[in-house]
Amino acid sequence: MKYICFGYLDVQQWSTLSPSEQNARFDACFAYDEGLKKDGHWVGGEGLQGPDTAVMVRYQNGKVSVTDGPYAETKELLGGLLILEARDLNHAIHLISNHPGLKMGPWEIRPAADLDQMIRESEQRRAASR
Amino acid sequence: MASIVPEGIPDLLDSLFRAESRRILASLIRLLGDFDLAEDGMHDAFAAALEAWPRDGVPEHPRAWLVSTGRFKAIDRLRRSARFNTSLETLAELPDEGPPGPVEEDVDDDRLRLIFTCCHPALSPEACTALTLREVCGLTTEAIARAFLTAPSTLAQRIVRAKAKIRDAGIPYEIPSRAELPDRLDAVLKVIYLVFNEGYSASSGEALTRPDLSAEAIRLGRLLLELLPDPEVTGLLALMLLQESRRAARASSGGDLVLLEDQDRSRWDRALMAEGRALVEQALASRRVGAYTLQAAIAAVHAEAAEASATDWDRIVGLYTLLARVAPSPVVDLNRAVAVAMRDGPQDGLELTDALLVRRDMAEYHLAHAVRADLCRRLGRTEEALTSYRRALGLVQQGPERRFLERRVAELQK
Repeated sequence: MKYICFGYLDVQQWSTLSPSEQNARFDACFAYDEGLKKDGHWVGGEGLQGPDTAVMVRYQNGKVSVTDGPYAETKELLGGLLILEARDLNHAIHLISNHPGLKMGPWEIRPAADLDQMIRESEQRRAASR
Repeated sequence: MASIVPEGIPDLLDSLFRAESRRILASLIRLLGDFDLAEDGMHDAFAAALEAWPRDGVPEHPRAWLVSTGRFKAIDRLRRSARFNTSLETLAELPDEGPPGPVEEDVDDDRLRLIFTCCHPALSPEACTALTLREVCGLTTEAIARAFLTAPSTLAQRIVRAKAKIRDAGIPYEIPSRAELPDRLDAVLKVIYLVFNEGYSASSGEALTRPDLSAEAIRLGRLLLELLPDPEVTGLLALMLLQESRRAARASSGGDLVLLEDQDRSRWDRALMAEGRALVEQALASRRVGAYTLQAAIAAVHAEAAEASATDWDRIVGLYTLLARVAPSPVVDLNRAVAVAMRDGPQDGLELTDALLVRRDMAEYHLAHAVRADLCRRLGRTEEALTSYRRALGLVQQGPERRFLERRVAELQK
């Protein structure tokens, strides 16, 4: 089963770390990720740039609007995401429990939805209306 | 068993259902990976037995027969139902045809797996409790709703959502590995403890206790201990047995609260007490003493006193001090304050209680005010006692406790 894991960064805690401590955290994370890849649990993942680099695109009042944002007032920011291949939820929890990134903030684990059926049905609808 | 006359079979199936249905269900849930399908399969299996056994005789292993028939019937249902398409993958892993043969059986393990599945930390505590009572204890949704003063529809929804999460998030049917056990076991113990507490001292309503819930919790505790002999499991079972042993003495014939010091100790259940005390000793001897064991040890000290005045309060204060370290909580501190008052006098207890009452969560807790009221009463500070009793009365939600506080107020106003 695929699990999408959202890693949050505790900004306050992170800012108290020295550059060498921060590097040590990064090294541990990347080393762990290499292990995930080797064992076939790594499906994908990316770190995110800071929220100040983001744009928000919305559909409002009949048109698309673009603003800066989001509103990163919170203590915990989404720092990156990881797609895991795991046997079940306990396995995914186990893999994340050992991830050094967990020391930088909480992780949310969400099972990927199986959209195959929906996509098939949609294809049929679109074919029929053609 | 095979010699049973056909007319006796409905009765036999009745008693099999009562004694074995939860174990059979647990096995089917493991084999099928789906609560509802397993439930349907089990009922189909009992219906099939009612038909087949009078004709073919009672099988040598009735439970194994019911499990494998239930599985077969469930696969049958899958094939016929609309779920066929989406369940192709699951179905591919299931054997095709054939009469029910013996299934490899590990039913007690299956029940433990089911308890751990129902008490997964990914589910909310409310969902864990409801699901455990429903699937492991076999209580009806209506009975659980009554016990927790929830609308049956709310509770049913909670159970449906929990089952869906187990299926969709891939929560496995397994006893967690040794390393993950502490976390998961904590959730399991907490659910059992919650169920017991709701039965031992209902949080609201007219009745002081709900014996059916306590009995279920003790049954679960015994099951868990049998399957997983861990010191804290031992401690929790001991705690429940010792508390339960006082049930008969805890309320007057009119349903009013009787305080521990006023209870008729000859009405305490000796057998439960002896069993509980033996378990406490066993848990303490393990040298890995947790919160449940400490609470059980406190209950055991009370049980050892032939009369209230013979209570070893020094020992109880010591145990509460330890408990406050292992599982810090203002409620533990409050109980410790009461024990200190019994050992050193009400003035010392009052100082500790007043220090606690400045906390906002404690200021809303009726028992904190009731304790303060009682200590003031014993110090002869009647006006202060009355004020605190009235604060407690403004917060209390349970009938017998309210009547107890009202009696105290009436006595002081004489």
